[in-house]
Amino acid sequence: MAKLYMKGPQKVDNQNPREETVKFLLDYSKALSVIDYNKMKFEALLN
Amino acid sequence: MRKEIISDAELVSNYINGDEKALSTLIYRHKQKIYSFIYSKVFDRDLVEDIFQDTFIKVIKTLKRGAYNEEGKFLPWVMRIAHNLVIDHFRKNNRMPKFDNSGEFSIFSVLGDPALNAEKQIIKDQVESDVRKLIEELPEDQKTVLVMRMYNDMSFKEISERTGVSINTALGRMRYALINLRKVVEKHNIVLTN
Repeated sequence: MAKLYMKGPQKVDNQNPREETVKFLLDYSKALSVIDYNKMKFEALLN
Repeated sequence: MRKEIISDAELVSNYINGDEKALSTLIYRHKQKIYSFIYSKVFDRDLVEDIFQDTFIKVIKTLKRGAYNEEGKFLPWVMRIAHNLVIDHFRKNNRMPKFDNSGEFSIFSVLGDPALNAEKQIIKDQVESDVRKLIEELPEDQKTVLVMRMYNDMSFKEISERTGVSINTALGRMRYALINLRKVVEKHNIVLTN
């Protein structure tokens, strides 16, 4: 019975984001350009 | 040959100046700390991925817009963004962070909250108030019987004794009271359901 309530902390073997997530971010960064116009900033995603 | 480690500040500066590889270095350098930090709050892998991604989208946007000021350190700044996004998530979902519902059985599928929510309570009060108004429009003898029966919870025997009429008359008045109420409700299309 005690075992039911004494579940140990979940061990996490891999505390890293997925490779796809990192790749998405790097691609997003490459695609994003911020255009300055008359003190205004516009974001443009160039895909 | 010893590989020189470039500081975060320098990488940020390089990135702002267009060096995309600098961002890659920053992400790979800090991804584990940031990911673990988010995981320690939400305990859900898919959600951690989402928040991690949103965190860096904010970082990228801020850096590209030139809105980042190098007052603090890069990592604490990113951690702060992640922390705020975690808070946003819990605000949006309005639930406790440590509740893990990943198992097959959820206690909340059998436990419900029987109390009416605020909206339903308001509707219920409104319906009851409308019914009260309709009752006021009934002829006096019918109204008396209906109020005694429904609101005072008296038996027809008690009603007949109190009003000085026979039980059958009391029953008849109750019947007409209900018929008349239904007529009024139908005529005016009054909705009395919650």
